[in-house]
Amino acid sequence: MRIGVFICHCGSNIAATVDVPEVAAAARRMPEVVYASDNMYSCSEPGQQAIVEAIQAHNLGGVVVASCSPRMHEPTFRKAVERAGLNRYLFEMANIREHVAWVGKHKRANTAKATELVLMAVEKLRLNRTLAPRKIPATRKVLVVGGGVAGIQAALDCAEGGLSVVLVEREPSIGGKMSKLDKTFPTIDCSSCVLGPKMVEVAQHEHIDLHAYSEIVSVTGYVGNFAVTIRKKAAYVDWEKCTGCGLCMERCPSLKAHDRFNEGIGATTAINIPFPQAIPKKATISAAHCIRLKTGKCGACAKACPSGAIDYEDQDREFTVTVGAVVAATGYDLTDWKVYGEYGAGRYPDVITALQYERLLTASGPTQGRIKRPSDGKEPKTVVFIQCVGSRDPSVGRPYCSGFCCMYTAKQAIQTKEHLPDSQSYVFYLDIRAPGKGYDEFTRRAQEEYGAAYVRGRVSMLYPIKTPDGEKLLVRGADTLAGSQVEVEADLVVLAVGAGAAEHAPRLAEKLRIPYDAHGFFLEGHPTLKPIETNTAGVYLAGACQGLKDIPASVAQGSGAAAKVLGLLSRGELESDPQTAGVNLTRCTGCGKCIDICPYGAVQELEVRGKPKAGVIEAVCQGCGLCTATCPQGAIQLSHCTDNQILAEVEALCRC
Amino acid sequence: MNAQFNQPGRAFSYYPGCTGASTSREYDLSTRAVCEHLGLKLVDLPDWNCCGSTPAHTVDHALSAALCSRNFAQAEELGLETMLTPCPSCLKNMHNCLERLKEPEFAARVRELARRPLAKNQAVKSVLQVFYEDITPAGIARRVKKPLKGLRLVAYYGCLMNRPGRFMHFDDEENPVSMDRILEALGAETLPYPLKNECCGGAAGIADNKVVARLSGKLLQLADALGADAMVTACPLCQMNLDLRQRQANRFYGTSITMPVFYFTQLMGLAFGLPRKKLGLGKLIVSPKSALAKTGRGQPDIMAHNLDGGAL
Repeated sequence: MRIGVFICHCGSNIAATVDVPEVAAAARRMPEVVYASDNMYSCSEPGQQAIVEAIQAHNLGGVVVASCSPRMHEPTFRKAVERAGLNRYLFEMANIREHVAWVGKHKRANTAKATELVLMAVEKLRLNRTLAPRKIPATRKVLVVGGGVAGIQAALDCAEGGLSVVLVEREPSIGGKMSKLDKTFPTIDCSSCVLGPKMVEVAQHEHIDLHAYSEIVSVTGYVGNFAVTIRKKAAYVDWEKCTGCGLCMERCPSLKAHDRFNEGIGATTAINIPFPQAIPKKATISAAHCIRLKTGKCGACAKACPSGAIDYEDQDREFTVTVGAVVAATGYDLTDWKVYGEYGAGRYPDVITALQYERLLTASGPTQGRIKRPSDGKEPKTVVFIQCVGSRDPSVGRPYCSGFCCMYTAKQAIQTKEHLPDSQSYVFYLDIRAPGKGYDEFTRRAQEEYGAAYVRGRVSMLYPIKTPDGEKLLVRGADTLAGSQVEVEADLVVLAVGAGAAEHAPRLAEKLRIPYDAHGFFLEGHPTLKPIETNTAGVYLAGACQGLKDIPASVAQGSGAAAKVLGLLSRGELESDPQTAGVNLTRCTGCGKCIDICPYGAVQELEVRGKPKAGVIEAVCQGCGLCTATCPQGAIQLSHCTDNQILAEVEALCRC
Repeated sequence: MNAQFNQPGRAFSYYPGCTGASTSREYDLSTRAVCEHLGLKLVDLPDWNCCGSTPAHTVDHALSAALCSRNFAQAEELGLETMLTPCPSCLKNMHNCLERLKEPEFAARVRELARRPLAKNQAVKSVLQVFYEDITPAGIARRVKKPLKGLRLVAYYGCLMNRPGRFMHFDDEENPVSMDRILEALGAETLPYPLKNECCGGAAGIADNKVVARLSGKLLQLADALGADAMVTACPLCQMNLDLRQRQANRFYGTSITMPVFYFTQLMGLAFGLPRKKLGLGKLIVSPKSALAKTGRGQPDIMAHNLDGGAL
């Protein structure tokens, strides 16, 4: 092989601590190297052109570029060598920036290390083979998991783009957290008025297949062809027949069911349509509260139902769909604020969450939009908002900022004043975080126009007291700007409870074979440049499941995920990365260790002449190499990174 | 912790703390009486010294731990594994010592200061913890002969009994309930008292009695507003601030609260029917007469000798 080596200065990034011309000179003495040079910026247009010209002028059969991380520019240089007529896998990269120049200051040592890395790349390149990607057919259908605003947007955009969409939602209705909100910031739009039409569009779209009250059981297969098993939970109501008339709710004698939709403010009936704008607008029976299901006696709803939809014998059903891509949009859940003993840990009824407060504010809520405190139904005069409850608090394992609480707290303070003009709001905050279009102006309006008193400091404790005006909560906190203690006698305390990953997010991540972080948020492909992709091909992220974000950002990411899916599935077939594992059948003993270790389910057991053997599904294999390292026989080898290539690199190092 | 712990007749080394021999003699007395009644054997350390609390640990943590270690070493020589103390401040300091001795460098400094080998296998618990976890409220209820019926109490734990939770390992840091459950087992009614571990002013009263008057005053006012007949504590310093300085607190706020402040062990003794002279009721400053009258125990002849120690 006639090899060319190109050493990059990367401006002064590499050249400041590596003697680049000397590395190039050393490269000229390496085996099979017929050409070596150094460039100011190899990735620039003239830099790439120099590589192309050198390949043609010197009839090169392989190229090494020593520059930055392959994560940065490997695709760039592969395309360049391909332009010059070489197979793109007859190319190797030595990372002398992140691995050398940026981590060491000693120029001579750096230069020596850079030279060694180049030699390793040359030795590996000598054993490279030409590889060609294969075409695999892809199913032009997408699964969207989660019917909150991000999932709704992703589903609608995919459907508009011509894909079939399977939308799976855990709750009986889509709409997610946004459907529970009264108003949205910073425009104080009616939340259900802006979300409602999108929900209806989902229900009516010919390309969207909606499965509410359903969960993902398992996901197998690979990009282009995932097989997804979905469980439709027993609703005890035949949704084909249910017209959503609500007569059953009027007759149901079990009136104390936990009202999930209203966040436990008030109670609801055992058979229940969560809210008037629910999509689908179908009734569901809560088995835990249904008298008939618990005791066998009742049946009031079955008698009331004009369409005969009630089915007490209903059971969970499972079915499987094949999709080409998956969008995870499972949103968030509130963190458990009851770890805060100093806020009463749930003992005081008039200490509520901000989401519960939304249900009190909204006209479709349990109080018809009148702010009544839970203990005695009185209208509060003094409302205290406490921010960062379960956010920015390492002592409860939540070191991060939830991102949207400052804004909704300001919004709720404004709404409080609008609902109750005689009221006074106090907001205890750590910092006001309001970056975003019109956001900071909004928080200032809450203070300046609506008179919300902002106190900078944490609340240390609160407890019930009796006053001449009735029972109140004494809220004690610090005013860190004034350097003093503050005590406020509040009628109602609203906690801006921070958000965490959705309760079952880690379990779904394991089914989708995508990584998640310590807090349960799904890991994006790259925090800055791949915020929508995951490290599993064909699985994309939208909304708060990837990291907490507000509604506009969730919608944007939903559209972004749709664009990614549409791009992926646009041609109906996919190119597989040929850097995959392959099995030498004569060496394989069929022990199955590779099948167990593979995190992607890419190795399967085959039968070859009556004997078990491993077989790699190329389209699923991500080229991680775990199987190669596990195989006791050396029978399974990763193309482009074989044992022999690794040994050649090691041997090169030993020679230095 | 270990199996033998639940067996009656279990022996503990006993550390009364400096107040046990002075300002809180009634706590020490009633603790001994109740433990004896419950079959818990308390073995006194032959030559105990200061627990290393405030004066020592504000100067040097190793000095504080060295003082603790000397006490632990004596307990180990007695062959006893668990030390009991009624005082939360001693308790916190001893827990802290055992925790910090896990750091090798710190342990080396302590060993040097203590000039003796460090105890290897020592644990510490409050009297309250052993009553609550080992005897249990149900076990206590079984021994009640004269229930405290009709008595409305607030249990006040003070700031230290359960804090810091990461090494006190007992009850809840923000909402402890152990003493409430014990008082209920004695037949009394406990009131929900949200300031149950709020600061009483602690030792700040030595330098400026207004600090204690202000903070303890709040505690007394809330108990009074709730309609409590008495407050119940488990801490010598809290008891002193609430009881001895009650007049200062009243003067500070212009109030006229008369609120008896018991040690919980005294009430246990009363409910068990132990002889009153073993409970040191006469040591209390604010007369508990009115409170005890509610349970039919307010005979004047026994309550008439406050401050003179006549009951001892």
